[in-house]
Amino acid sequence: MDLTDLILDPLRSGIWRRAAAEVVLLGGICGALSFWVTSFRLSYPAESLAHGLLPGLVLAALAGIPLVLGGLGGVALAAGCVALASRDPRIGADSATAVVVTGMFGLGALLALSPDAPPRLEELLFGDPLGITHTDLISALALAVVGAGALAALHRPLCAVAFDAPGAGALGLRPGGVRLALFMLLAVAVAVAVQGLGSLLVLAVLVAPAVAVRRAATNPGVAMLSGAALAAVAGLAGLYASHHLGSAAGASVALALCLAAVAGSVLPWRLRRGEARARRGRRAAA
Amino acid sequence: MTRAPAVEAHGLALGYGGEPALEGVDFEAAPGAALCVLGPNGGGKTTLFRALLGELQPLAGRVRVAGRPAYLAQTERTRLDFPVSALDVALMGSLADGRWWRPPGRSQRHAALAALGRVGLEGQASVRFGELSGGQRQRVLLARALTQDAAVLLLDEPFAGVDPASAERITAVFTELRAEGRTLLVSTHDVESARLFDLVLCLNRRQVAFGTPAQRLGREVLETTYGSDIVVLEGSGDTAVRAITVQHHEH
Ligand SMILES: Nc1ncnc2c1ncn2[C@@H]1O[C@H](COP(=O)(O)OP(=O)(O)O)[C@@H](O)[C@H]1O
Ligand SMILES: [Mg+2]
Repeated sequence: MDLTDLILDPLRSGIWRRAAAEVVLLGGICGALSFWVTSFRLSYPAESLAHGLLPGLVLAALAGIPLVLGGLGGVALAAGCVALASRDPRIGADSATAVVVTGMFGLGALLALSPDAPPRLEELLFGDPLGITHTDLISALALAVVGAGALAALHRPLCAVAFDAPGAGALGLRPGGVRLALFMLLAVAVAVAVQGLGSLLVLAVLVAPAVAVRRAATNPGVAMLSGAALAAVAGLAGLYASHHLGSAAGASVALALCLAAVAGSVLPWRLRRGEARARRGRRAAA
Repeated sequence: MTRAPAVEAHGLALGYGGEPALEGVDFEAAPGAALCVLGPNGGGKTTLFRALLGELQPLAGRVRVAGRPAYLAQTERTRLDFPVSALDVALMGSLADGRWWRPPGRSQRHAALAALGRVGLEGQASVRFGELSGGQRQRVLLARALTQDAAVLLLDEPFAGVDPASAERITAVFTELRAEGRTLLVSTHDVESARLFDLVLCLNRRQVAFGTPAQRLGREVLETTYGSDIVVLEGSGDTAVRAITVQHHEH
């Protein structure tokens, strides 16, 4: 089989094409968003939301309503519970979040493993890009459009707050409001992206792209665009690998994203180039 | 003169819960005045600035500032790993116009570049903020405040930990700002530099004195402001004295 066949063969399947569209849409928006997730140190909250929404997903699956609705409901419930639990100063936000999220995850598993539940737990946990429905695809498209618009409109406040939150406050911005807006966008992204990648693997697309391109990113715009492009390409690579190797699609996509992150952190050449630029800057300054 | 003061405080008390950190503050600065906020570490200088910014609600009394002041913070709280250039940082000053959803326009870019020029860093506009020296970073943050084009500027210990070349440049900018009729509040614990200002406000957990440096910077005021931390070198009573402070730095 030659290279053209390797590339064209999966495209003959309508199911694979739909999975590819989903992965490109989700990779694009979540890859861009991942820059802000890492800049605002929201990786742990993102993981918490992704795990905590499981009961919502399971209930939606049991009731036969679109999973995205269950995801949105679950994410709202998880965020609310985390916010409530974090208010107890004796425990601390990290521990409170851990307890709440593990509890909700357990509840979700309990519901999914009950005797009369359809056997879909695996799909909800690990995702199934090949089982994407039209509703999923439309919600991914809506997320991509709304998310891109929100990131564009919020670009300057996000930069100012990530760089220097008190300074941004002195300029008249509300750092808390900016953080909340980002968090809400993240919550919606988690709820939508979980359809393709599942509760356990969705974090890959919300963190790994930013890690992969971090050292190449000269400014936030470049970081977002390269994160989006990388996530889309790595997602497609994962789908191709899954097709040709017969591996699980969701896990292959997540693995491809994480491999890109490792490569971006370990490969040396970009760093050297950045350092050379920094040295030139310092010399010019001296 | 009937013009409203650019900055005023009356019967002001400030705190963080518990005992007030600063009380009895009463002063006015007319537009165009340069006021030095003088006091030891922990005297309440940063606390006063935070109230002027509206970050801290008074326990008693009131403050008023004409318009939103530009602010240069004492401690750098910036994220050095965040990928922004010196120009990007200077451009953030234009967010003070409240239209945060708009990309910066040509005139805002001009203003930011001009501000970088004023602090002597036009050549570093595209250098990453985190790669600049400490003094250069302080100048970029000053440029951000300049881009804001505010009538009142609050500068909290702007010379602390800054190299001599940067300090000289910052002083030159202050002179220009005064010539433009802007109101300057500069905090310091250095008595000698306070003498160059129109007004001096001495703080040590309460207002010790307010007036012109010639009137106020006498032995008694300085000893009350600094307690045992001061060594008065010459003069006595109301006559001008030379003094140095011998205090331990926080951090
Ligand atoms: N965030 C805070 N919480 C509690 N106390 C504070 C806080 N900031 C400052 N203080 C206290 O207020 C007093 C004045 O501090 P500050 O305004 O920073 O003094 P200065 O700027 O003159 O060095 C100090 O006693 C300090 O410990
Ligand atoms: Mg201070």
